[in-house]
Amino acid sequence: MANKFQSIETKHYAERDAFFEGLKKLDRRAFMRVAGISAGIVAGMGKLTPNSFQLVNVAEAQGEKPKFSFAYISDTHLYENKLNDRFVRAILKAVDDVNALDPQPDFVLFGGDLAQLGQAGELKLGAQILKSVKAPIKMMVGEHDWFLDMGELWKDLFGAPNYSFDHKGVHFVVLNSIHEKDFWTERKLSPMERMKIVAGLDNGIQSRFEVGAEQRQWLQNDLAKVAKTTPVIVFSHSPLYKYYKPWNFWTDDADEVQAILKPYEKVTVIHGHTHQLLSNRIGNISFHGMLSTAWPWPYAPEGLPSLTVPMNRADPFSQFDGCGDGRMDVLESGLVDKLYNLWQRDPITVRSAYLGSGGKQSAPPKPKLPTY
Amino acid sequence: MNLRMKLLVVPCAALSFAGGVALATSPETKAEPLPKHVLPASKDGNLVLGLCDGETSMEVPGVKDGQKLTRAQAITATAQLMDDWRKKNPNANWDDVPGPVLAQATPPAAKKSPPPAPQPNPGAKPAGNDVRQGGVGAQTGASAVPQQQKANLQTGHTYGAYSERDEQVWAASVQETVKEGHRVFHDAEALGGTVGVSCDMCHPDGANTHPETYPKYQVQLGRTALLRDMINWCIENPVRGKPLADGDPKMRAMEAYIYAQRKGVKLEYGKH
Repeated sequence: MANKFQSIETKHYAERDAFFEGLKKLDRRAFMRVAGISAGIVAGMGKLTPNSFQLVNVAEAQGEKPKFSFAYISDTHLYENKLNDRFVRAILKAVDDVNALDPQPDFVLFGGDLAQLGQAGELKLGAQILKSVKAPIKMMVGEHDWFLDMGELWKDLFGAPNYSFDHKGVHFVVLNSIHEKDFWTERKLSPMERMKIVAGLDNGIQSRFEVGAEQRQWLQNDLAKVAKTTPVIVFSHSPLYKYYKPWNFWTDDADEVQAILKPYEKVTVIHGHTHQLLSNRIGNISFHGMLSTAWPWPYAPEGLPSLTVPMNRADPFSQFDGCGDGRMDVLESGLVDKLYNLWQRDPITVRSAYLGSGGKQSAPPKPKLPTY
Repeated sequence: MNLRMKLLVVPCAALSFAGGVALATSPETKAEPLPKHVLPASKDGNLVLGLCDGETSMEVPGVKDGQKLTRAQAITATAQLMDDWRKKNPNANWDDVPGPVLAQATPPAAKKSPPPAPQPNPGAKPAGNDVRQGGVGAQTGASAVPQQQKANLQTGHTYGAYSERDEQVWAASVQETVKEGHRVFHDAEALGGTVGVSCDMCHPDGANTHPETYPKYQVQLGRTALLRDMINWCIENPVRGKPLADGDPKMRAMEAYIYAQRKGVKLEYGKH
């Protein structure tokens, strides 16, 4: 993710980090002096806001150092190269990005929708490309991978679609959230007809996504052995909340899943499917969407979480605009800062402090153009 | 030739109302070549006029081919053409509409007598030059609408009084075109695409197409663009197909679909 242009935001955060690092070395008296001077300077620049440079930020800054990082590539929607090389070029760009990260991420999450129509040529091409990722890969399944053969080939290639693991004191859970109630048997649909209906975001024939009772029970059992203070990070393809039903920006049993996660103090859900900057906070759970490498989705006409700072409209004349990949920095506190590495734009970070404060602190930059 | 075409506009406009509804109810799938009306030559070199039914024609006595008709001659001639058509098609389900009146012939200072009170007269002989009593809708029952709706509504012209049934017929016609647009929008092959990409992949429900902002200066093109220019841009680039002609039924249907998704949105041409 080497970008020779640094955004104002990136520079600001770099300076801010250096500032807070420096603060740790100060005694109380010296700290108050520095804080006073900085506040004075900031006020002089007309940049004093009620939530910047206050003690609560400094207190949090103690835990803001990343403990470890992981990267992601998501929603690549591959066709076979002979049909369409556009999406292939995009995933290769993302692989280059994560391989260039220095330091390397502890692992790379693949966020689902590796294939466009779940075909063998598509899934195998994706599997082959992902082999060139240097860091270990954690795979997640999306509906585009699943509904041609109901996950048969995907499971052959990548293993179980839901699993959990522990890493550096954090409990990770990967869900298959794209189950749908049977809409195909009664209609006597062929596997490809079923696949194409699910692949159509605005195709209302399909059912809504769900984790399903069986997997919810599995999740409950899996979490039973995890201490309530242990940070939990959940990967799901669809957002584990209800954003916009007609496009399946939605998980039908999201409320039940959230109820299972509720007892845990620090929960972060990372999801794909929505192809856009998307942030939400429900109770103790922070939600982050992932970017697609293939194309950005427009924001839905309603239901956008109020904490989301949307991204500027994508430029249709640029293949990569509004697309990208990203990185999650897991902080000492167990919370997550989410970096959106937008291709051909400055990166944007959505900090845990932003969601944790209900939007009062560390707000990401606003878009210039409103969505339609 | 120009004049002839102008003259044909009048009856054509009348016919196209009935014809348009019939046409619009069938989905626009392929453009068929329009039939040509070859007019018989006049022995005396007189001007020959054709009616838009593609069959009826007449010679205008005393006017040579290439000469201009006066407005009075033109109105008389078009009325006669329509009369001929009515005689040939006595059972046609035709709603009479008032033909053009020679307004220019009346000196502005002349006092107009008040129009006669409308009287139901369904059997009245249609004529190009006078308003048939009861106006439009003898067959469709439009004239009965005011009574049905128990309201004092204006009648006697196309949109004077129309029934809920009329509205349903019109809405169904529009919906057919929108539906065809939906099909093309969601089908890479119908778009002529070669890489498996269709419009809905980036624009579910036509989202983020913002037709209400066109025409606008499209910065990337460096010129003012219409919605159809952007549709064609997408067809040529992400879809990798060939651009559609302005009148292509697929283009028309897609415009219909895209606009239909934005019903009620404020029209703001030029907005960025």
